[in-house]
Amino acid sequence: MDAVTPWRRLDPRMLVVGPAASLVRLLPVIVIVLVTGQSDVMRLWFPVGIAAVLVIGGVVRWRTTRYRITPDRVELHSGWLRRQRISVPRDRIRTVDLTARVLHRLFGLSVVRVAAASGVMAELQGLRLDAVSTAEAERLRHELLDRPTVAAPVEDAPAVRSRSWPGWTGRGCGSRRSRSPRSPHRRRRGPLFNLFGELGVDPRDIAPVDDAASRLVAAPLWFGVLTIGVAVLGVAVVGALLLFAERWYGFTLTREPSPDGDGALRVRRGLLTRRSLSVAEHRIRGAEVTEPLLLRAGRGAQVRAVSTGLSRDAQGGALLPPAPRAEAHRVASAALRADPAQITLAPLRRHPRAALRRRLTRALAPVVLFTAGAFVLGAAVPWLAWLGPTSLLLVPLAALLAVDRFRSLGHQLTSGHLVTRQGSLLRRTVALQRSGVIGWTFRQSVFQQRAGVVTVEAVTAAGAGGYEVLDVAAADAVALADAAAPGLLGPFLPGTDPDLSVGAASRTGPA
Amino acid sequence: MTAAVALPLRPPAHQVSPRAVLWWRLRALVTLVLLAGPQAVLLAVFGGGPGWLVATALATTAVVAAYAVAVPPLLYRIHRWEVTPEAVYTLSGWLVREWRIAPISRVQTVDTQHGPIEQLLRLATVTVTTASARGPVRIRGLDQDAAAELARTLTETTQATPGDAT
Repeated sequence: MDAVTPWRRLDPRMLVVGPAASLVRLLPVIVIVLVTGQSDVMRLWFPVGIAAVLVIGGVVRWRTTRYRITPDRVELHSGWLRRQRISVPRDRIRTVDLTARVLHRLFGLSVVRVAAASGVMAELQGLRLDAVSTAEAERLRHELLDRPTVAAPVEDAPAVRSRSWPGWTGRGCGSRRSRSPRSPHRRRRGPLFNLFGELGVDPRDIAPVDDAASRLVAAPLWFGVLTIGVAVLGVAVVGALLLFAERWYGFTLTREPSPDGDGALRVRRGLLTRRSLSVAEHRIRGAEVTEPLLLRAGRGAQVRAVSTGLSRDAQGGALLPPAPRAEAHRVASAALRADPAQITLAPLRRHPRAALRRRLTRALAPVVLFTAGAFVLGAAVPWLAWLGPTSLLLVPLAALLAVDRFRSLGHQLTSGHLVTRQGSLLRRTVALQRSGVIGWTFRQSVFQQRAGVVTVEAVTAAGAGGYEVLDVAAADAVALADAAAPGLLGPFLPGTDPDLSVGAASRTGPA
Repeated sequence: MTAAVALPLRPPAHQVSPRAVLWWRLRALVTLVLLAGPQAVLLAVFGGGPGWLVATALATTAVVAAYAVAVPPLLYRIHRWEVTPEAVYTLSGWLVREWRIAPISRVQTVDTQHGPIEQLLRLATVTVTTASARGPVRIRGLDQDAAAELARTLTETTQATPGDAT
């Protein structure tokens, strides 16, 4: 224990923001009580009571939460009745991310989340400081990732620099001034978005809406279905656009160099909730280019860092919003400091014909079963007779899917990376550093055994924890693993004698 | 079945304890009680019950009993393990066979577990955790003493290796 380093508290502004954030979360309950409450006493005292509890809770939380950064560890003590002490060794820190929701942004605060290496239970989740001032958060981020305290100007950073391409997120995505966390006029716009909801306006009370509804009832059925369909589609499109803007507005990716030549990649994004994620470069084990079917059809792709300590949600480790494919590969190559032809654009080796047969069987068998069922049902129930012929349409679709899944399959071993690709509806190309492979798993089902193929999984500490090369010939699988990590498989190749020096005493069966 | 291994790796050197066969059978028995028990209770309470309930109860019993008779010896023949100074190597699985190789240098923790039936049979499971999110390497059905000895050796080897194993 280090007695010298002083303890620090969360930002005093949390005394306001903490209770306010809880209040927003409890709003539905309060509204229900206010609406259904019978007596005035209940209506008056219930909100006052809740407010008092929240304020007291906020004060207690602020008073009891302390943190400090010693040369070796980050420590967080919190809780009053149930005390919690978290201590994370600094050399286990993988990523530091800053998040500022609307309320936090209004007060210039940021939540700091420190993710540490998994595997050791106590340190599984890292720790969370909710919240400190944005300036303090920036300082912590630099300190924890061993960056110089003054951020290097972005112009000095080599290579990686990507932004949303022009015309997508519009104003502000390119201007550094508008991204500055200190410009107050930008912070105050957020709450307006919620205004409509907070006013509690019921759309049905508005005369034109009421009028439209009654017309819809009077119109023929097909017209109603069509109108509602178009409306749902419109809402979905607008919703998707808003969600995209909320996630990716003001996106920047920068590399922050450090004196020892080992930098960090930093992603900043978000409209209402600003997020900043920093990944130490020496923690990055590879990159993943994902192409969902529709994005692939539009020649687009998304890039993700394969790194330890990243959350596994949809945006975990994303280095780029959906972008043109060429840009995706360029960013992957810049992030890994490798030639694209050595990583995600490497020419891939095809998989054996058995893999195609397996794709076809796996796609067609359920569809054929379903179709057969549909015909039987159609024969039994007269008014469902159309079901069988219609379901025949699924057969060519399934065949197409299978062929595309086979065409996506591929793998290659380049000088520094293992590259593997699979998937049709969601095609993923992963380039994993060979030095990041911490083990191998070979899997073979009964069917695969008959087809003479096997699935190899390169196990890694980063990202999803393991990346598969699907359905390769058994001999190629072992050769691939042996070449990717020389020496590891050597003792287990056929013709070698088992080394019985370890665990020989526990040998119970015939060798 | 073991002769048809299509992977050009030799199987690991050691088999698990022969008592593991009994352990797998007892586990199947527990499954049988959990699955068929409620159905039998229903039948007893309602004195007969619908025909399909009798059928499902009989089918459950037949399937689990067949599994208990046929599969554990197969598992015993398939399940193998080996620890060299460089790596932990295991082979397991029945319908989907799985070969796992983890370098000792990447091992983070080693522990042994004894479930209730395992304790009864003096068996243990050794769990070798690496930094991967894809789960630890498990060696099931080892003799208790052998498992303790193995865990001790592994821990010593692991502690001698520097780094945080990622």
